[in-house]
Amino acid sequence: MIVAGCDVGSLTAKAVLMNGSILGHAVIKAKSRPEDSAAEVMNQALAKAGLKMDDIAFCVGTGYGRSKIPFVNLTVSEIACHGKGAQWIMPSVRTVIDIGGQDCKAMRLDKDGNVLKFTTNDKCASGTGRFLEVMAKILGVSLDELGTISENAKDPLSLSSTCTVWVQAEVIHHLNTQKSIADIAAAINRAMAIRVGILANQVSAEKDICMSGGVAKNKGVVSHLEKVLGVKVKKLKYDPQIVGALGAAVIAGEKAKGGKVS
Amino acid sequence: MIVAGCDIGSLTAKAVIMKNNEILAAQVMRAKSHPEESAAEVMGKALKQAGLVLDEVSFCVGTGYGRASIPFAKMVESEIVCHGKGAQWQMPSVRMVVDIGGQDAKAIRLDDKGNVVRYVYNDKCASGTGRFLEVMADALGIDLTEMGTVSLSSQNPTSISNQCVIFAETEIVSLVNEGRNIADIVSGLHKALAHRVAALAKSIEVEEDIVMTGGVAKNEGMFQALENALGKKIKSIQRDPQINGALGAAVIAAENLRK
Repeated sequence: MIVAGCDVGSLTAKAVLMNGSILGHAVIKAKSRPEDSAAEVMNQALAKAGLKMDDIAFCVGTGYGRSKIPFVNLTVSEIACHGKGAQWIMPSVRTVIDIGGQDCKAMRLDKDGNVLKFTTNDKCASGTGRFLEVMAKILGVSLDELGTISENAKDPLSLSSTCTVWVQAEVIHHLNTQKSIADIAAAINRAMAIRVGILANQVSAEKDICMSGGVAKNKGVVSHLEKVLGVKVKKLKYDPQIVGALGAAVIAGEKAKGGKVS
Repeated sequence: MIVAGCDIGSLTAKAVIMKNNEILAAQVMRAKSHPEESAAEVMGKALKQAGLVLDEVSFCVGTGYGRASIPFAKMVESEIVCHGKGAQWQMPSVRMVVDIGGQDAKAIRLDDKGNVVRYVYNDKCASGTGRFLEVMADALGIDLTEMGTVSLSSQNPTSISNQCVIFAETEIVSLVNEGRNIADIVSGLHKALAHRVAALAKSIEVEEDIVMTGGVAKNEGMFQALENALGKKIKSIQRDPQINGALGAAVIAAENLRK
């Protein structure tokens, strides 16, 4: 039985098709209308799997734009989907830290991937993907580069502010005083890790810990987060951006089988 | 006896010169990159206005973010204390000062002598400071000084759902793209900022009379929005609300001379 998950976020849209295993998945930049993002990302995933929409027995929608996805049978919160998705990939996972473009969540799971405790920040840009986006723009580097150049830091700087607006001013000051981009990038990634670490501590993060969302691809943030938490962050073997959509597909599978949906 | 106060803030520098408890000169200018330069220039302007030279100033008190870098200040005092003293000099009945600066916001409760009873401030989050309006003025493509007048024609203030400056900026851009009325957006922004600052003031209990100081107090729309958010009248002070800190510094300078 073919099931699907579709996660329409603020910056990207993701779709996953499953039949016990992953048949196809896609990640695209979000369009201005969530309906359009949903249709396009699902068509891309279907094309990769060599399937068509009618082949899907059950589809679960999630993410910020979940109520606008026309082809879903059910919508589920991102928190529940991230839990299920991470647990499907790595059964030993007990904490998921998801950093999206506009928010950050930390959730602790039981052995079945059910959410025991969670916390989220979507009020303050600091500690979300947006923080890194703003900083990358000032430094004139891509988001991917921001993660890798910090590995070359010789003398990592520190930042005294938390607020994205004030950090922006601090970074400009560092640039004006000819500090190296690598040293500034390291400070940015560390500041990000500290903020995210606070959320993780609020849910009493437990091993194994994994990260989902686009920021999980940023090596600098991951290595600083490991230092902040004092534990290794386990790398997921699939694209960390598809975890929510994957979890949605897993829930779709449970639902299609008539299983219990938590 | 001639005394002076010099307030070097993050965005502006202010100087006040007093003689026998009267203001001889008051100047406000945009801050330079070095606080020393700002201090020298703003004091130079004030001295010129008063027709004096620096040597004639018997005592000068420095305050503000750059107070440690004012070469001619004999003493430094915190902004909180200076704002209290300045407001009390202007209006003896004042019991609360709400000061919104370019990088912070403060609420100060005073006793009948202008001494600080309690205070609270925010300089951690740009939302709730003058920077909020600055960023939004930029996003709207209007001048910061125009915001007050622009907002007055609003019939139906837009509600702004984001608190964070970064998120609110995006929200504003989409509101403009949706074709919302600019006056309504600006009025909504004032309401949002007033709400934040009022929450700060309420955390130390609001007491009347209330005055508003700092550059943002010149914004008429903000003044009204803060009255609404506090549910209380705010008294207008006669002098430029931006010089209040420097004025308080000068008042403290005079007190020190008398000691």
